[in-house]
Amino acid sequence: MKQLYYDVDKCLGCKSCEIACALAHSLTEELFKAIKEEKLSLPRKKVLFSQGKNYPVSCRHCQEPKCQDACMAHALTFNQEKGMVLHDESRCVGCWMCVMVCPYGAVRPNTKTKIPLRCDKCKDKDEPSCVKACPTGAIIWQEEVVANK
Amino acid sequence: MSNIEQKSIDLATQEVLKKAKEENIQTAWDRLELQQPQCGFGQLGLCCTVCDMGPCRIDPFGEGAKEGVCGANADTIAARNLARKIAVGASAHSDHGRDVAHTLSLLSEGHAHDYGILDVEKLKVLAQEFGIDINKPKEQIAKELSKKLLEEFGKQEGELTFLKRAPKKRQQIWKKSGVTPRGIDREVVELLHTTTMGVDNDYKNLITTGMRCALSDGWGGSMIATDVQDIILGSPQPIRGKVNLGVLKENYVNIVVHGHEPVLSEMAVKASQDPELLKLAKSLGAEGINLAGICCTANEVLMRHGIAVAGNFLQQELAVITGAVEVMMVDVQCIMPALQEVASCFHTKLVTTSPKARFPGVIHVEFESKKAYEVAKQIIRLGVENFANRKKDRVNIPKQEMDLVAGFTKEVVFQILGGRYRATYKPLNEAIISGRLRGLAGVVGCNNPKQTHDYFHTTLVKELIKNDILVLQTGCSAIACAKQGLLIPEAAKVYAGGGLQEICEAVGIPPVLHLGSCVDNSRILTAASYIIEEGGLGEDLSDIPAAGCAPEWMSEKAITIGFYFVASGVYTVFGASPFATVGSQNLTDYLTSGLEGIVGGRFEFCDDPLKMAELMIAHIDKKRKALNLKPVMYEK
Repeated sequence: MKQLYYDVDKCLGCKSCEIACALAHSLTEELFKAIKEEKLSLPRKKVLFSQGKNYPVSCRHCQEPKCQDACMAHALTFNQEKGMVLHDESRCVGCWMCVMVCPYGAVRPNTKTKIPLRCDKCKDKDEPSCVKACPTGAIIWQEEVVANK
Repeated sequence: MSNIEQKSIDLATQEVLKKAKEENIQTAWDRLELQQPQCGFGQLGLCCTVCDMGPCRIDPFGEGAKEGVCGANADTIAARNLARKIAVGASAHSDHGRDVAHTLSLLSEGHAHDYGILDVEKLKVLAQEFGIDINKPKEQIAKELSKKLLEEFGKQEGELTFLKRAPKKRQQIWKKSGVTPRGIDREVVELLHTTTMGVDNDYKNLITTGMRCALSDGWGGSMIATDVQDIILGSPQPIRGKVNLGVLKENYVNIVVHGHEPVLSEMAVKASQDPELLKLAKSLGAEGINLAGICCTANEVLMRHGIAVAGNFLQQELAVITGAVEVMMVDVQCIMPALQEVASCFHTKLVTTSPKARFPGVIHVEFESKKAYEVAKQIIRLGVENFANRKKDRVNIPKQEMDLVAGFTKEVVFQILGGRYRATYKPLNEAIISGRLRGLAGVVGCNNPKQTHDYFHTTLVKELIKNDILVLQTGCSAIACAKQGLLIPEAAKVYAGGGLQEICEAVGIPPVLHLGSCVDNSRILTAASYIIEEGGLGEDLSDIPAAGCAPEWMSEKAITIGFYFVASGVYTVFGASPFATVGSQNLTDYLTSGLEGIVGGRFEFCDDPLKMAELMIAHIDKKRKALNLKPVMYEK
């Protein structure tokens, strides 16, 4: 199962991953057109700054996700096979509980669509768009490493 | 389409790119791939590095920051960034103009004895424009003229002298819209001033200042460069030449001149015929010395001496990769830093000559007007001596070469159309009025690896001439079309529409006229002014059924050229990517529509050459209709 990892020492805070993420989820997937779409696509990843370092932050796809427990509409489920938290947008009521409980602050509210913005690992593509967009290789797409217990 | 075919339509380029790949040598195309994806903020013009409170970025998706730390919004940031590019482009051309004017000054005082006053007629015409009495020795006229020309740069009051060449109505439009340029240097400095932190925040006003600066290039610096080069190096006349990498010769010492200012390359032409150097070359086993050019330097020596053109901008690295170049002599502008690395893969010596443009660790032979020939000879000698180091098994010169005719200036067009003794633009105007010609198009500019090399230039130009539009070209665009055989008179029969064909046959010109280098875009401005003066096609430059285009642009200089054309009333289409203003809807709208109501010209951005042609034709037809001209004779 491939997951997103970050080498934060390499992150320059250029936000190219944010733009690539928004583009990947837009209708046209073309920069000059995407910024003019009626329903603007927003990035599911944000680069945050803390204590001298930049952190690209998006859903970690936890195996025991707090957001799943908190979702009263049962819109969120962790899929073992895909290694990701799936979001059934049709069930979502926009209560923002998932936003509240995420320990990483990785889920963001989209106040226009009333649906939270969360990473879907660019499910239709070979690899997440942020990986390709990172000019320094700070975003790494590789098989999950199980930590020694 | 294979990967290589997507990179270039030019077979010679494709062949050398294959070699580069086999030998693992990087070119601009490979480096472009490594740059993917390119920064979205940069493409949209939404990144500001003006002050150290930044760098700031505006969120194009409207969620995050809408202003920089200082409060500048997307409009201000994009306009300031664009304005700075205009200033840089104008600086490049105008500094070139200054150097040429300075050479004239040295020459008139007897210090640049390798040059002469070769076009005395033009010297006198210019002198009269500056109010200089011409009844005195030519050296004296040159001395006074060069002083006046150099003063144009530092002028603080009044306006540039060459503006008088423009139609009266155009001069009034400039005054009314506040874009009449005063001094060349002043406009650049003032524009840069307005873009610093906390000065001009009105995107429209920034563009006004930008247009004034651009006009100081087109009707100032570039025009001085063109006209003074004609005086001291001789005015071009139609001349046959050859183009593409096939002009490099296997058994000769190959010297490639690359860059922009012809004062040194002109001497290289002479030095390549120096008996002493020729003897040396033969003693080392070469059959002779073969000079070829890249970029605008190529156009300059082509126009005046018929020296072969090795290629345009994107072929500079490829010329070295043929393995057959002994010396590549460069001066300023469009010289890829990558040349040093590419040259190090071969025996090729890269030689820099300008104190303004140096590479660390590269041989530098500094050019001085006072000992021009000596410097040129020294560089050619380096090449001749380097012939022995050429590795024969690494030489692959593509076979492709094409004939072309170049050397069409505004003066020559007069003579061709009207005959030497009754030189006039009348036949040209009448051709447009009668509908034999639909109109005119200026197709100019660079190459950009973001697009298939040469494809936009040639596809657009073929479509234009098919529709009876006479195409005027300069720079790398002219070289692109020349390589595809569009710059020979015979091309009219194959590609041109009925009306244009008749004209080309009657006067023996190609359907696409090569007017020279990028500073020679100023020739197009003056030619357009003559057309208005001749009468029948309106009172202002914006009335002429004409359009401009830079299909494969990449340089800041192209932006400046675009702005001086638009500010002179010309509808101008840019290909490749649009200017980095898309992040500001207001600014983009202003450039593509708002400007027309102010200066008569406007920009259009388009990424399809056939669509570009369609837009230009529609504009030309609109202007024909406004002038109430007859329908086009050979409408399809």
